[in-house]
Parts: sequence; structure tokens; C-alpha cells
Amino acid sequence: MALQDKYKELIDAAKSSGTTNLQVAEQDGVLHIDGEAPSGAVKDQLWDIYGKIDPNFLAGDVVMNINVATAVAGAKLTVTTDSTNLNIRKGPGTDQPIVGKAAHNEVVSLISKQSDQWWLIRTDGGAEGYAYAQYLTPVE
Amino acid sequence: MTMKMKHLTSLALAAGLMFMISCKSKPKDADIKAAVVAALQSSPGVSADVKDGVVTLTGTVASEADKDAAENTAKVTAGVKSVVDNITVTPPPPPPPAAPVATADDALKTSVADIVKDFPGITADVKDGVITITGEAKADRWKKLKMALDALKPKKVDASGLKVK
Repeated sequence: MALQDKYKELIDAAKSSGTTNLQVAEQDGVLHIDGEAPSGAVKDQLWDIYGKIDPNFLAGDVVMNINVATAVAGAKLTVTTDSTNLNIRKGPGTDQPIVGKAAHNEVVSLISKQSDQWWLIRTDGGAEGYAYAQYLTPVE
Repeated sequence: MTMKMKHLTSLALAAGLMFMISCKSKPKDADIKAAVVAALQSSPGVSADVKDGVVTLTGTVASEADKDAAENTAKVTAGVKSVVDNITVTPPPPPPPAAPVATADDALKTSVADIVKDFPGITADVKDGVITITGEAKADRWKKLKMALDALKPKKVDASGLKVK
């Protein structure tokens, strides 16, 4: 329970911010926090609190997997790469051929989620394929 | 009489000439094959077979460019009428993983490698569901990486070997 005490503020914030399917479990000295935040802002807020309790996330005692509930089929997503284009691939994997690119900050549509990592998207230009979810943020 | 003889001689000559020409215009398949094989020395993995001047190329190359190069090489070889290109393009296989371990780790490893490749200066290792991060990174980059790694549902993300700048 010690970890739940250490990260009490984080767990409380997740509960009070309307995070659904919230699961908090301690296993082998690591606190696993899973859930679905109602918006990207809530997700950011939770990560900020986590970073406050464990500066630079170096303790290695939390694995937090918060998805954003607004990232559903048909949703608009912003390409949040650092500055480069986002590759759109034929299939879910970096070994798949590139079928198109989405520019940095371009808004694309989410067709479906193949996994937590690979989302099927379509650009306004008509390019359709799989892109890495890490670089896609739902438009609020 | 003399005229007839002359006529016959020229006929025989013409016939002989025609025979020679037809002979020359039809090099033996074996000769063509030898020439094509010699020309294809720059394309290892490609073999050629010749029938009636038609070259059939088979084998495996690493890229479409290599396939085209082999086809063009065969096309310009003397005696070749046409080329049937049956070469398959197979990109070289990715290097084998360092150590074959449990499936869960393999899947995790692939996903981790996909993510970490965008973070220069950082190395990740996966063992028994634990991701170990070493190297150095700026704080905001590391946060992004940590978010992505946590989404893979590992047992733990061990960053004790990471230097945050």
C-alpha cells in the first residue's frame, strides 16, 4: 500500500477528473495505473502530477497507461510529432511500406484503432493507413 | 554450257552464303547462355536459361533496382531476342533478435524498438517484461518516451541508468 500512499494525489486526481475504467494495482513493487481520461488535458494533468511526485519519472515504481476517451472512430487527431512528417503505413508496424505522410500539426481522421500503438487514419488528402498513436493527439 | 556452269556456281555460292547467314543469325542457345551468365556476374543470385534466344531469368535479388539491372543486362547481350524476367525481389531479412525469449518479451521488444528509434541517445532493453532504459535525454523527451513505453503495459520501466538533462 506504500506506493498507493506515495501516489495518493495522482490516484485521487484520476478519480475526481472522471477517468473511467480506472484500475490501480500494485504488483512486484510497481504501481500500475490504467484508465481512460475524458480528454487529453486530463491525461496531461495526470502526467504532470505523476512528474511532481516522481521528478523525471526515474523511480520506476509506476507504469501509467492513460488513454484518451475522445480518441474514438471519426475523431479528429492532430499530428503531434516534434517537427517532422508522420509516416502513414500500409500495415501496423514500422516494417510496413509507407503509403503516405501527414505533416506536423496536420489534422487527420481516426478510422479505427488496430491497437494502442497503431491507429488507422485518413488525411484530408485521402491518404489512408496506419500511423503510430504516440504522435496523434485528439483535437479538443 | 559455260553459262549454265556459272549459274550453278553462283547458285551454290548464294546457297552457301545464305546458310552462313542463317547460321550467324541463330547463335546457339548455349553460347547465349554463356554470354548472359558472364554479363550477369554483377547480379549474384540470378540465373539464366535460354531457349530459342529467349532468356528466362530466375532467382532472388534484394531490390527492384537489382531486378531491373539484371533484366537490362540480359537484354543487351548479343543474340538475345527477348527476356522473361521471373526474378523475385526479397528485401534482406532484418537482423535476428539478440536472444530468442518468451513471446511476450518479443512483442514488447518490437514495440519498444519502434518507439525508441525516434529517441536518439537512448537505448532500451527488454527482459521478463521489464524495460530498462539507458542513455541520456532531455526531460520533455523522456516524458514523451515514458508515456509511450507505459502504454505498452510493461511490468516496469527501469530508468535508473538514464541521465535526464
